[in-house]
Amino acid sequence: MATLRADFILPLRSFELELALEVDRTVALVGPSGAGKTSVLRAIAGLVRPPRGRIALGDDVWLDTARRLFRKPDERRVGLVFQEYALFPHLTVRQNVAYAGRERADEYLERFRISHLADARPAALSGGERQRVAVARALARGPGVILLDEPLSALDAHTKGAVRAELQELLQELALPTILVTHDFEDAAALADLVGVIVDGHLRQFATPSELVDRPTDAFVASFTGANLLRGKARRLDDDMTVVQLETGELVYSTEWGEGDVGVVIYPWEVSIGRLQQHDSAMNLIQGEIRSVAALGNRVRVRIGPITAEVTASSADKLELARGGTAFASFKATGTRLVPLA
Amino acid sequence: MRKALLALLYFLAAVVALAFLALPIVAIFVHVPPGRLIDQLSNPVVTDALIVSFKTTLIAQAFILLFGTPTAYLLASRRFPGRSLCVTLVELPLVLPPAVAGIGLLAAFGRFGLLGSSLSAAGITIPFTQTAVTIAVAFVASPLYIRQAIAAFETIDPNLVAASRTLGAGPARTFFRVILPLSRGGLAAGEALAFARGLGEFGATIMFAGSLQKVTQTLPLAIYAEFEVNFDVTLAISALLVLISAAVLISLKLTSLWQPSEQISSSRFARLSWS
Repeated sequence: MATLRADFILPLRSFELELALEVDRTVALVGPSGAGKTSVLRAIAGLVRPPRGRIALGDDVWLDTARRLFRKPDERRVGLVFQEYALFPHLTVRQNVAYAGRERADEYLERFRISHLADARPAALSGGERQRVAVARALARGPGVILLDEPLSALDAHTKGAVRAELQELLQELALPTILVTHDFEDAAALADLVGVIVDGHLRQFATPSELVDRPTDAFVASFTGANLLRGKARRLDDDMTVVQLETGELVYSTEWGEGDVGVVIYPWEVSIGRLQQHDSAMNLIQGEIRSVAALGNRVRVRIGPITAEVTASSADKLELARGGTAFASFKATGTRLVPLA
Repeated sequence: MRKALLALLYFLAAVVALAFLALPIVAIFVHVPPGRLIDQLSNPVVTDALIVSFKTTLIAQAFILLFGTPTAYLLASRRFPGRSLCVTLVELPLVLPPAVAGIGLLAAFGRFGLLGSSLSAAGITIPFTQTAVTIAVAFVASPLYIRQAIAAFETIDPNLVAASRTLGAGPARTFFRVILPLSRGGLAAGEALAFARGLGEFGATIMFAGSLQKVTQTLPLAIYAEFEVNFDVTLAISALLVLISAAVLISLKLTSLWQPSEQISSSRFARLSWS
């Protein structure tokens, strides 16, 4: 299988997108909106022309500004699935899928279980069905690269889980270089082997989803992966321990090294909750008002003072957590990460 | 009590306005019995004018479509310096007094005009020929089509065009399979308006092409020419033009229903705003 190599500069409205990527499996690009994620896909598809750079799939060069080479979108083997799917409204499902190639349209209709919708127009389809049509249409082109722009964002929460599982299976089976743009870390973690975090046009971090959780390089990546981020001033205690005075006054101990303005990163699942002050091995204890209790399937997210904790539904019941009460959040010094703050 | 009075005022105003608008049209049809109107249509003045009108209007429409469509697409899809100037230029003939348009055409294509002198050196004379009628019609009618076509093209989601390209279709295939079908309602509406405007063209034509029966005398010019000769003929032509205009208007209303109902966006309303 060919590897997609993209290395280019593209001026956007308020900043310059600068990116070097090597993709041979599924890579997710995550980041806040307006970070330039979609522009990456558009540049690879040939819909915009970077003034400098090189894009190639294996030996097939699509862009090489040094050689003044630019291949038009229809001359690149890309399967681009647009954010709102961009299905042709005046064509039926079959005509949409057959747009790139008539021969295999029926095969793809069957494969994506949309044969029964073949004569329907896109407006008559549900969100999940539209997504399947869009993916089928892109694959019927016989692409060497798959580009997915927010493939799940147009779906409601109920549909999303099932569609994500389907997509996961499909990407595994296709084994093509794939770039997936999303603003949802969970989707990225579920679908991609590697995650690239793009902020203001630059790749802040490029790592596996679990590395991103374990070792966020900065505050943005940490909060993006769903971690707590507490601001404070760090001071070395001794060789093994740093103490951070939070902006809210509490002291937090960390086994990480840090100095000056830092962010303390704690994942919600590293935090335990108690109604009484406990004495266990956790060095950090923060007392606070219970500000919210939200059920997420079999887990419950509880916000205590500045910290979000995640506990099982049964322990939430047992602790009788309710808004307005007081609780203690405790976490180990080894469960914290320190990231420098600007 | 005051509310009832207000409602009555609205009602009366509407009755007066509608009667005012309908009266001249009704008058055309009831002034002489319908049988006599139909008889007049076989008058050679009428048949000649009908042929001249349709021939020139149809040729002008062909040129308007051929040149206007790409122009409108360019103006709708590209952003370049001077674009608004180009759009204004397209719209100018719409507000220009027809007599001025006629003088302008004479100044351009007349024997001593801007292009006319080189044309007459090549042995081509345009003023007071059927070509002149076609040019006058194209000049006054094309802005209606181009404006409407720009609006129709602008409502197309650029992502659909991009999708077509990434699916392997070149610019030409994208134009004919995506852009044209999605804008057909707006284009047809613009075309109908341009056709109606072209058929009714009077001022520029009479100045630039004259009113010569069988050659440059169109239906509106025949009305003017026959006015003092045979009033029944002018009524017959007028009735004919009323019917054609009504047919155009009705077909225009039908094209709005004919818009693809599968359109996801709400643009079908936007593309009808041709006023």
